[in-house]
This record gives sequence, structure tokens and C-alpha cells, in this order.
Amino acid sequence: MSDLVLDKVSRWFGNVVAVNDVTMTIGPGVTGLLGPNGAGKTTLMAMMAGFLAPSSGTVTLDGEPVWRHTDAYRLIGLVPERELSFGYLTGRQFVRANADLHRLPDAAGATERILEVVDMVEPSARRIDTYSKGMRQRVKIAAALVHDPTVLLLDEPFNGVDPRQRMHLMDLLRRLGDDGCTVLFSSHILEEVERLARHIEVVVSGRHAASGDFGAIRRLMTDRPVRYSITSSDDRALAAVLIARPAVQSVNLRPQGGLEVQVSDLGTFAADLAPLTRSHGLTLFELSPSDESLESVFAYLVDR
Amino acid sequence: MNGTILKLAAQALLGRRRFWLLVALPLALIGLTVLIRALSSDPDAAWPMVSFLGFPLVLPLVAILAASSVLGPEVDDGSIVYLLAKPVSRHAVAISKWVVAWAATLVVGSLGVLVAALVAGGGSEAAGWLVAALVAGTTYSALFLALSAFTRHAVVVGLIFVLIWEGLAGGFLSGVAWLSIGQWGIQVGHAVSSELDAPVNLPWALLASLVVTVGGVWFAGDRLRSFALTGDE
Repeated sequence: MSDLVLDKVSRWFGNVVAVNDVTMTIGPGVTGLLGPNGAGKTTLMAMMAGFLAPSSGTVTLDGEPVWRHTDAYRLIGLVPERELSFGYLTGRQFVRANADLHRLPDAAGATERILEVVDMVEPSARRIDTYSKGMRQRVKIAAALVHDPTVLLLDEPFNGVDPRQRMHLMDLLRRLGDDGCTVLFSSHILEEVERLARHIEVVVSGRHAASGDFGAIRRLMTDRPVRYSITSSDDRALAAVLIARPAVQSVNLRPQGGLEVQVSDLGTFAADLAPLTRSHGLTLFELSPSDESLESVFAYLVDR
Repeated sequence: MNGTILKLAAQALLGRRRFWLLVALPLALIGLTVLIRALSSDPDAAWPMVSFLGFPLVLPLVAILAASSVLGPEVDDGSIVYLLAKPVSRHAVAISKWVVAWAATLVVGSLGVLVAALVAGGGSEAAGWLVAALVAGTTYSALFLALSAFTRHAVVVGLIFVLIWEGLAGGFLSGVAWLSIGQWGIQVGHAVSSELDAPVNLPWALLASLVVTVGGVWFAGDRLRSFALTGDE
């Protein structure tokens, strides 16, 4: 179990501030680092992995600074975004070299074990330059996991990985998180983060914009209007009932049937809806938040 | 030193097309020397191939290519993080990389100079050139390794050093010899064969070569300790 702690971390390059006064603690479980391209995710990751000195502030792993501290790599597994350029090695040779560099007592065994975990046993005898993007990604992850790190840092791990392999990788990361590994992955794609991480850190333009459970981040923004789409046994009757509620700001009848409802206070609306419809003799068929995706949360955070 | 890094660096060197360029240079030198020996009636006609082409040009070029092959591409594209994200001292990484570049420079470059010298006439002068090439090859490989860790234009900077500083400036400013790796090598070679010049003095040549070699490898390790991974943006 390891905690990665960033305390008032800033990093600037000349006049450009890439990371601005970020304080966060990454603990066991899967955490998503979310932000648009150029938000400073890679810079943050580099500082967490000891590959960039913070201009100010400290990055510590279990109390020890990671910059210029090579022993920290016993605990850290790093999957950089950069392409693997060891094309002249086979997948197995590359993973084995990583195991050897960690001086694992059973490097050969660890190599085979981890190739199995990432489902790369069969192609591991081929040279890396013959691999597809997804295979390279899996070999990179195998190399980062071969020494059983307690902290796994992945920079944009799902880029260019096909959907089936993405599912496989997500399962793997979820399993590692459940086993107590501190897994942090960055992404600019909202549905990825949403599907994998319960805990999310949002960075926008180098600033730490939000932190916490995805739902909590959403609830933080109580003044933000939320939309639902509803279908029921009698949409017009339901619309009349709903518009009388103070929390409801607008009700639209959709041409294809059903209602589009905008509410200002999602908590009371959600609690009221079921008893309300029942007391008016209406039946709800479907209730779904129409903008519950991170995209809209994100747009809201950027605008704020 | 680290065996795994050593192995990977050797694979990086041998696995790239650049290696054939590395081998082609001394082969061309030897070929030209053989040609001149065969065509000229003057028994000493081929010596300039060693003293003007092999030693001052082919040897440092081999050192540049070898040093930049073991470190340059990995630093350039950032994939060296895979080697550095390990509980291995960065100085051990630099030393291991240097050993591979050094071995390649001596085996391909210095040996190339020796073979050319043997073809050109052999004797104690050839032994002198071998010693000079061993000393200079060692120093060059360390200097160019440091350059590769410092700038992505290591090949260009190395070429400028060899061609402009050691070659051109060294040609008409005798003082440059005191700061010329090639001239230090020749000075040490002079101790073996008086056919070679004595541009500086032996203690200076040995001391300066040692300082640049140790300093270059240490500097490369220090740069790796501060290696920063930056994004593409």
C-alpha cells in the first residue's frame, strides 16, 4: 500500500506554467487523471515518476521524494505515453530485461507470469517492431508490472488500443486496484475515466480543477442545471405535474415522444419524482440523465 | 556497471543500420591504403592515409557513431525512461553504455587504424599509431557519450569538434594541440615510436586524456540523473 503525495507542486518551463500549485494525494485503488490535451497531465505524471523536478513544492512516495531517488523505482511501475523504441528486441527479451534490471530473484519466472497476465505469451517471441499498437501497449504494461510495483502510473494507456484490448486492460487495472495497488492513469477521454475510475482528479490548464468521486464532483456543482429524459404512460400529464415543481426549470416535449426535463436541484428532484408520478396515477417507463457524461462536467469546469 | 544495460546497449549498437556505416569507415580506409600501396612505387606513400585520414578522421567518426548509437536515440525519443525507471544508479547506466561504445571504438576504429598502419609499412610506427588510437579512441568515446547525453545534436557537435577544432584550427594554431584529443593520443604514441610527433608532453597527454575520459562518463551519468521526461506538446 503506497501513497503518492503532491504538496503545492508547480512546474514551469521558462514563462509557461505547465502545472500550477497542485496538491493531491493518490492512494490505493484506481484513480483517473482527467484533463484535455495540454492540461499538464504528462508533466504531472513525469513529476510523480521522478522524471521531472518540481519547480516548487514536493512530490513524495511514502514520505520519500521521488526526484533523483532511484530506489523509489522498486515501488513504482511506469507506463509512459512514448512509443516503445526497442524494436530490435522481442517482447519477451524486453520484459526480461526489465525484470533483470530490477534484479528479481526469479526474473525468468516473473517474465512468463506477467506475459500471461497481459495475454502476450504467444507473440512474445516476435520482435517488438512487428507489434500492433495494442500489443506494444501490453508489453509496456508487462514491463512496468514485472516487479509487482505498489504504484502503477500510466500515461494515456488506452491511446490507439482497440476496444477488445481496452476492455482487457481495464479489467487488469481494476483488478490491480482491488488488490491494493495504487493505480493512476491519465486520459483526455471521458468515458474511459468514467468506466474505470471511481476516484477522479481533474486538471485543466495546469490547475487542479476538481477531485473526488465522479458523483461527488458532479454534486459539487449544485448550481449547474441537470437534464433528464423521461418517458412515461402520459407525457403531457407528467409535464403538467413537473412544471409545477420549484426544482424544475423547463420541460420539453420531444417530437419522438418523452420529455426533456431541466432541473436546478437534482437531489430533491430525484427523491420527489417517484412518489409524485405515483400519486398522479402515472407510470414511469424510463428515466435517464441525458448529460451525465463527463464531457458536460468537464465543459462546465472549463467554463467556470 | 550493469550487465543488462551492457547487453541492451550492445544490441542497440549491433541492431541498427548505423552499425554498418561504423564498420564501413575503417574498411574504406584499409581498402584505400591497400590501393595506394599497390599502385605507388614509393614505400612510404600510404602513411598519410593513417596520419591524415585514419587517425584524425575515421577514428573520431567511429567514436561519434558508436557513442551516439548507444545513447542518442534512446534519449531523443525518451525510451531511455524504461532503463532509468529502475533501482539502478544512473552512473552505472552511463558507465555500462560507455563500455559498449568504448569497446566498439577500439575494436572497429583503433583496430582499423592499426590494420591500415600495418598495410602502410608496419614496424614500430604502426605500434605507435595503435597506442595513439587506443588512447584517443578511449577519450573520444567518453567525450562523445557526454555529448550524446547532453544534446540531441551530438553528432553535429562532435563533427564540429573534430573537423573545425582539431582539424582546421589545429592545423594552423599549434596551441590547439594542448586541447586536442587526437594530439594527446599522438603524444602517447610518440612514447612508443619516435616516428610520431610530440606536439605536447607525455604527462599532460596522459593526464588530460584521463580527465576527459573520467569526466565525460561522470558527466553523462549526471545528465541521466537529471533526465527529464517531457510531453510531446
